[in-house]
Amino acid sequence: MKLQARKKSSSQFVQNIGRIWQYGDSLYRLLLFAAILAVLILVLAIGYELWVNSALSRHAFGWKFLITSDWDPALRDTFGALPFILGTLITSAIAMIAAIPLGLGTAIFLAELAPNWLRQPVGFLVELLAAVPSVVFGLWGLFAYIPIFVKPTSTLLNRTLGFLPLFEGPVFGPSRLAAGLLLAIMIFPTITAVSRDVFRAIPNSQREAALALGATRWEMISQVLIPYGTSGLLGAIILGLGRALGETIAVTMVIGNNLDFSASLLHPGYTMASIIANEFTEATFDLYLHALIEIGLILFFITLMINLIARILIWRVSRRTKMEARA
Amino acid sequence: MRNFSAYSARRKSWRKFVNICMLTFSGIATGIVVAPLLWILGYVFSQGWPAINLQFFTELPTPVGVPGGGIANALVGSLMTVGLGLLIAAPIGILAGLYAAAHPESILGLIVRFGTDVISGVPSIVMGIFAYTIIVLPQKHFSAFSGGVVLAFIMLPIIVRTTEEMLKLVPATLREASVALGAAEWKTAFSVILPTAFNGVLTGLMLAIARAAGEAAPMLFTAFGNPFMNMDFNQPAATLPHMIFVYAISPYDDWHAKAWATALVLIVLVLVLNILARLFTWWRARNLGNVS
Repeated sequence: MKLQARKKSSSQFVQNIGRIWQYGDSLYRLLLFAAILAVLILVLAIGYELWVNSALSRHAFGWKFLITSDWDPALRDTFGALPFILGTLITSAIAMIAAIPLGLGTAIFLAELAPNWLRQPVGFLVELLAAVPSVVFGLWGLFAYIPIFVKPTSTLLNRTLGFLPLFEGPVFGPSRLAAGLLLAIMIFPTITAVSRDVFRAIPNSQREAALALGATRWEMISQVLIPYGTSGLLGAIILGLGRALGETIAVTMVIGNNLDFSASLLHPGYTMASIIANEFTEATFDLYLHALIEIGLILFFITLMINLIARILIWRVSRRTKMEARA
Repeated sequence: MRNFSAYSARRKSWRKFVNICMLTFSGIATGIVVAPLLWILGYVFSQGWPAINLQFFTELPTPVGVPGGGIANALVGSLMTVGLGLLIAAPIGILAGLYAAAHPESILGLIVRFGTDVISGVPSIVMGIFAYTIIVLPQKHFSAFSGGVVLAFIMLPIIVRTTEEMLKLVPATLREASVALGAAEWKTAFSVILPTAFNGVLTGLMLAIARAAGEAAPMLFTAFGNPFMNMDFNQPAATLPHMIFVYAISPYDDWHAKAWATALVLIVLVLVLNILARLFTWWRARNLGNVS
């Protein structure tokens, strides 16, 4: 090919090169298109596979799957996901209650208060926390955090507030409370990083105006910055929630994996993700497997919705900031 | 008038008090958020360090009670699965990122961004089920291959988004200069845009590797684990995070010690990748700052 081209006249040579380049461009576009298609197919295929492979369970139980609490693989015919759905909701709720004030507080500190020399290193530490693998959280949770932190806290809660069903004894180490607080630690970085960026995106004129009117710094933050960034901050929180709902290994290791029907936070429980992790490879017949995959389908659907809402909220803030910067 | 000023003085001191309380709270919150990281790092190092020696990296696991033994099989398995995942996800991710950065407002660009957001929100255990249904069920056996494919799905959104962000930072003038010289679109992409953003793209790959190397949940029913050395993609393989999980939930102190040591290896790997990625980004930002 090269030799032939060399023998030809120079103008033909240039034309040939041009042809190769044009060919290259269509090949390049084809590759780009294939990559985009791969992303799109992946999204659709996940939903489709989960839907098809949960058919047996969907047909056998219908919507009742969501509201019944019999989970008895030994009897071979009864599956209900309610305990796992509740377990996921309870642990995520504990996580959100702990993580929202602390995560937002950290974001405010990093974006508004910290001196410059502190901002970078602390922000970096928060990012590293996000990088710690889930299984390491679980290991630490099992051998350090439960005996050293959760057990004493649980005992204290049981002694002082034990009359409430929420803090009923006996006190176990692995519990819904342990899982919820561990989830809080795991979603701090998500909430902090996103809401810090939201605070940073707010134009300085807003801060200056508030301070010029005589507001204290906290009044500036609570009455000007937080209302201004509300939808972005909500987005950050919901993104954290999405992570908490789907977290698997760490939760499986500290929640105790027990079908417990009491309301107590100090008892071991189960979540949707942890039942899948625990029983998936033990599912010996198709209906059992399909029931577990249906739980996966529910989890997929919930996290999908939650992430969409979060992205739309965050996107609205960035658009608004851009428009006002232009004006 | 006097009443008003008295009120305003009291009100003012109250406002100052609230201000100080809330600002202190945000400082304390930062401490509470950072503390677990230090606790985890300190604990993993102190518990894991005693079991680390050369044999730990070169030997296979031993049964309970037999001294010695290492994680050679898990190191190889993690290398295989993460490597395969990278091989699948990197080209697709970089190409999709190229498109999204070049045509941010187009419909296909939106599809890429939306699609990667959806994928990155899918819990890794659900990804594991997905890979199980498309690979393990038809093949009827667990394999390192299926593990690699799950990791590719997990890496893909990270690679797409970082590539896109980094390519957006390439000054438009460079691209325009290349096009003005008559370079084709692909030539511009591969010899101007990608090399300029090389560090950035590398950052994305490193973050993706760090994330994938730590994923235990989907490995439960794809790569599955294997106590023996395995280099065959068609056979089950041990991976570092899965091994930590298995050792940690076992009742043996001997295995717990190994779980800590394996966790130390994993966390050092992940943190080094993250710190390198961070340094690259910082270095890049400084260089671009000098250019403009």
